[in-house]
Amino acid sequence: MGKLAGLALLGLLLAAGCAKPARDDLYVLMPGPTGQASGVVTVDSAGKQAVLDQPYAAARVKEPGRVEPGTVTEQEVKQSFGDALAAQPMRPASFVIYFQENRDDLTAESRPVLGRVVDAIARYPAPEIVVIGHTDRVGTIQRNDALSLRRAERMKEELVKAGIAAERIRVEGRGEREPLVPTPDEVPEPRNRRVEINVR
Amino acid sequence: MLGRFRVRHVLIAAALAAVSLPAASASAQEAGHVKVSRGTVQIERSGQKLPAPVGTVVQAGDVVTTGADGSVGITFLDNSLLSAGPNSVLAIDRFVFDPTTHQGTFESSLQKGTLAVVSGKLAKASPDAVKVKTPAAVLGVRGTEFLVRTGPPKD
Repeated sequence: MGKLAGLALLGLLLAAGCAKPARDDLYVLMPGPTGQASGVVTVDSAGKQAVLDQPYAAARVKEPGRVEPGTVTEQEVKQSFGDALAAQPMRPASFVIYFQENRDDLTAESRPVLGRVVDAIARYPAPEIVVIGHTDRVGTIQRNDALSLRRAERMKEELVKAGIAAERIRVEGRGEREPLVPTPDEVPEPRNRRVEINVR
Repeated sequence: MLGRFRVRHVLIAAALAAVSLPAASASAQEAGHVKVSRGTVQIERSGQKLPAPVGTVVQAGDVVTTGADGSVGITFLDNSLLSAGPNSVLAIDRFVFDPTTHQGTFESSLQKGTLAVVSGKLAKASPDAVKVKTPAAVLGVRGTEFLVRTGPPKD
């Protein structure tokens, strides 16, 4: 009896010694494009928390409620997350094209920018393009709503002419409601006569 | 008699419509698009497994899975970027985004595998909008890039 109990205890101890942790979870805050912390992530496991607010700050969770804070090296990140990071989609990009006063014609300076936008779009797989037209504050709200939409439609035509599929492009007009440079009403402002092209 | 019969039919039809409508609109909700698809990548939607090549629409409620040779990258409507490595199971639990106000909710769960996240406009607009869950933890996100690995230890 005593021997048996001893053996059982030994077995239990061995099992405990060899037992792997239930989990091997790892949470990492990455640096942003500038190398600084990109923000803050709060890890909460069964009420236990860790706050990640430095580049490569990490939390390991071996079982729910056991959060071990620490850091990881770039090498460890590459090893664990290399495939996931390699599959990251291209970052969305945004361009601005300027228009002539009270018209839906591009300014001469904006023509070459259009070429660069077309080249950029071509690099995106299954691109989604949103074209948003704007005006300055000269004229009525209704007229500017219509003008902003005409500018966006005109930009879509230009993109389609350059070979981009029309069904990938959505157009919107925001009129004078979202100026890049705030002005009083009825003030001409060339920087607000624009179309934003968002690509993702 | 005929009148009552008709009324009953109309009532039943109305009840059926009321039940089926929310489900239909919820399942049709577009959340993002697959932009990178390597090896085996599938989407589980209403009990069906669909292949998920580049250009596939991802909806709220979808579960995205990758095989041992697979990886996937998805761009969401708020410009969030989620990408998963091999042997991953990623559920898109909720996605609501107002493109004008940037308000909404984005909840996903990584059931196993690896995930890289670049948060988008939702996380910028409100600190509680974006959550990523694993079987062991809930992550709150404030405008950031981060990585998640979850599952049992490898041998």
